[in-house]
Amino acid sequence: MKPARERIAGSVANFVDERTGAAKFLKKSLNKVFPDHWSFMLGEIALYSFIILLLSGTFLTFWYVPSQEELIYEGSYVPLKGVKMSAAYSSTLDISFDVRGGMLMRQIHHWAALLFLAAMVAHMMRVFFTGAFRKPREMNWILGVALITLGIVEGFLGYSLPDDLLSGTGIRIAQAILQAIPLIGTYAAFFAFGGEFPGLDFIPRIYTVHVLLLPGIMLGLITVHLMLVWYQKHTQYPGPGRTEKNVVGYPLLPVYMAKAGGFLFIVFGVTAFLGAVASINPIWVFGPYTPTQISAGSQPDWYMGWLDGLVRMAPPIETYFFGKTISWNILIPGLIVPGIMFTGLALWPFIEAWATGDKREHNLLDRPRNTPTRTAVGAMAITFTIVALINGGNDIIATHFSLTINQIMWATRISIFVLPPLAYVITKRICLALQRADRDLVLHGRETGRLVMLPHGEFVEIHEELSPQEAFTRTSHEQLAPIPVAAIDANGVRPKGVLKDRIRARISKGILQEQIAKPTAKEKLELGGGHH
Amino acid sequence: MSNKELEPLQDPGLPAHAHRKADHDEAAANRAERQVAILFLLSALGTVLFIYSYIFIENNIYIYIPILGNQHAQQLFLGLGFAIALFFIGAGAVHWAKTLMSDTEVIAERHEMRSSDEDRAALIATVKEEVGAVGLGRRSLIKRSLALSLGLVGISPLLLLRDLGPLPGDVLNQTTWAEGVHLVTDPGNRRLRPEDLEVGAVAHVLPEIEDPEHRSLNSIAKDALLLIRIRPEEFRLDAERLSWTYQGIIAFSKICSHMGCAVALYEQTTKHLLCPCHQSTFDVPTGAKVIFGPSARPLPQLAIKVDDAGYLVAAAPFNQAVGPSFWERKK
Ligand code: HEM
Ligand code: FES
Repeated sequence: MKPARERIAGSVANFVDERTGAAKFLKKSLNKVFPDHWSFMLGEIALYSFIILLLSGTFLTFWYVPSQEELIYEGSYVPLKGVKMSAAYSSTLDISFDVRGGMLMRQIHHWAALLFLAAMVAHMMRVFFTGAFRKPREMNWILGVALITLGIVEGFLGYSLPDDLLSGTGIRIAQAILQAIPLIGTYAAFFAFGGEFPGLDFIPRIYTVHVLLLPGIMLGLITVHLMLVWYQKHTQYPGPGRTEKNVVGYPLLPVYMAKAGGFLFIVFGVTAFLGAVASINPIWVFGPYTPTQISAGSQPDWYMGWLDGLVRMAPPIETYFFGKTISWNILIPGLIVPGIMFTGLALWPFIEAWATGDKREHNLLDRPRNTPTRTAVGAMAITFTIVALINGGNDIIATHFSLTINQIMWATRISIFVLPPLAYVITKRICLALQRADRDLVLHGRETGRLVMLPHGEFVEIHEELSPQEAFTRTSHEQLAPIPVAAIDANGVRPKGVLKDRIRARISKGILQEQIAKPTAKEKLELGGGHH
Repeated sequence: MSNKELEPLQDPGLPAHAHRKADHDEAAANRAERQVAILFLLSALGTVLFIYSYIFIENNIYIYIPILGNQHAQQLFLGLGFAIALFFIGAGAVHWAKTLMSDTEVIAERHEMRSSDEDRAALIATVKEEVGAVGLGRRSLIKRSLALSLGLVGISPLLLLRDLGPLPGDVLNQTTWAEGVHLVTDPGNRRLRPEDLEVGAVAHVLPEIEDPEHRSLNSIAKDALLLIRIRPEEFRLDAERLSWTYQGIIAFSKICSHMGCAVALYEQTTKHLLCPCHQSTFDVPTGAKVIFGPSARPLPQLAIKVDDAGYLVAAAPFNQAVGPSFWERKK
């Protein structure tokens, strides 16, 4: 007779399976294999911080009052007693000072939001630099871009909710961007705000968007994102025994499950620790929002900071044609540049496939050095964003390093054009140098620092040969040939669409030609033992 | 250069599995088990600390901690307890997985995402057959009327959003300021005489209204003024703009012409107004011309004068819309 526990489990399983046929699916799923690498945890961190946001955010909703009605504060934070403020601000003060654990939860929620976006960005960089977005995973890349975009909006709406002086200033700026849209801007702003700025409707409205609409959409997108990972199976880094046709890793049960579940708790623990000891967004210091005041050194959260930096460095251009005003100083940094950046990001997998002519499925990841152009483009985009972010904090930098705003502004205005191309060139050089280093390592082995004297008195350093596994890892990548230019046929007639093909051939040459030829088996054999 | 004909290095295959100590040494395995248990117990202690802090630490105790400074004791220990409780469950689980659970790597096969040609063909055939059975191709009346109604039905939800807000109308061009409206201090709501403002001083001003206790933020967001006094001879303005000042006192909209932040900083020595949001800098003597930063327009100037009793009043409404630009804005 089986023990009672097993019998009960057995009959529950039987009940479920007879009604759903779940056993067949589960048997297959539990055998799923997950490759292990630290960089695969970045997406997990994003997922876990989203879960933390759902939990801590729900806690906040029990006390937060989404209303801009004015009242007199009577809570226990003495410096603001008797001050006129909105119900939203007052209730956020209550959460902070009169609800036990409320301050902790607010801080956990805000730290988790920063972590959520940081993890998404890091995850996206991992996917980008290793080429994990290539066929068949382009859809998941686009879902990822959508999630980051929604995450930025969600975070912005979140820190607008407390209606303190800082967040009110952020809303003012958002309203100005909306209002600057040609043709429909004024209407869009009036509809969003229920009239003029600030009105009484905006916070109740973004509250619904923040706690229901966007989290709901994101939850849906995350679900599809994970289902696709599941279905398409995870990519893996190249190495011995790993091919395009297999997955090497740990089965879901028990190792992967235990590690992933444990990791959720670790991430939650770390955010709780930050929430306990590291103050964030101390809204009681800023005071309630009023349009006539501003706290010096106003800073948005970092994921908005780059936008603010672009706005700050924009040239003061506004045009007036046919009685209509267009604010280029707002449109370019606030909508056009970010629009181009995010569209380019979303389309990148297709741009790259077009330019290299590579339309095959890829399950093995690239080592970033082996795709110098892609790596360099990534470095260029990151440099651009960092320069913008630095200018977003120009007032703080100015006071810390005793520079003038003027100096920083001009430095970043110039840098934003000069540094990204420079980053491109340097990164490409570095990649090629690393390829060369790989080639040397494979052919000549590793320097050991030990010298020996040859019979005729010459000193040479002993080189230790790489293990076959290491050598394989460094050489298993493909080196594609550029797309050939379509030839002009015998009669001198150009085939149709030749200009487009030419451009493409030219681009693909730029991308693919500059490679350090990887060592072949023959070369390695000829060199023999490795010392020479 | 193509490397196709050049043979690459051979795949040596998956490296041999390296066993951990606990896999074959019973004592090591027992030790690992104890370690995992200790981690889980630490988590339990964290929860005890959490419960203790929630019930027994008063809400008004602050303690000094080096580096962190003064900390609210209850929230600090609640947080630390919570963090310990969560973190060590995770640490225990991961340690367990690493030391005791099977760590053999396994290989699974992948299959191309593309369906087989037969499946594809079969799908196309089915779709064709079913679509054919519906007969849309022949019944073009149905097809067209369906497209029409589907297109129209999308309008309803958009129309429903219409009542989100009023139409802009002319309100963006209007403020409370009109001829004879008194300038009053913000805060305080006291009327101002020119003598109240020394040369070099700046005052924050709103229009006088009947019930200043219930001034709406909407009107504040358009009405707020900065009043600055310099020596009259320092102005470099045309005759009309100069006539809008009074004995060296000049009034500007405090709402930034860039994106509407409060232009709150006045530098007396340089006579510059600075908006902290994106550092647009306005030069007072030349009528708030932009000398730095992203703003493309000067701050609108309000014409002022004094009334019979010697109080400052507006001489006319603003001659343009205040605050950030918009499509319909007059130059
Ligand atoms: C999914 C991503 C989310 C992000 C990035 C995010 C971000 C934020 C941020 C940065 C704040 C400001 C907190 C502060 O410093 O005071 C905030 C506030 C708030 N969030 Fe979220 N949030 C998310 C999801 C949620 C969810 C799912 C809920 C509820 C179900 C929620 C409820 C709230 C509430 C009620 C507040 C205002 C209370 C306060 O500020 O203390 N959030 N959010
Ligand atoms: S709002 Fe004043 S500079 Fe941007």
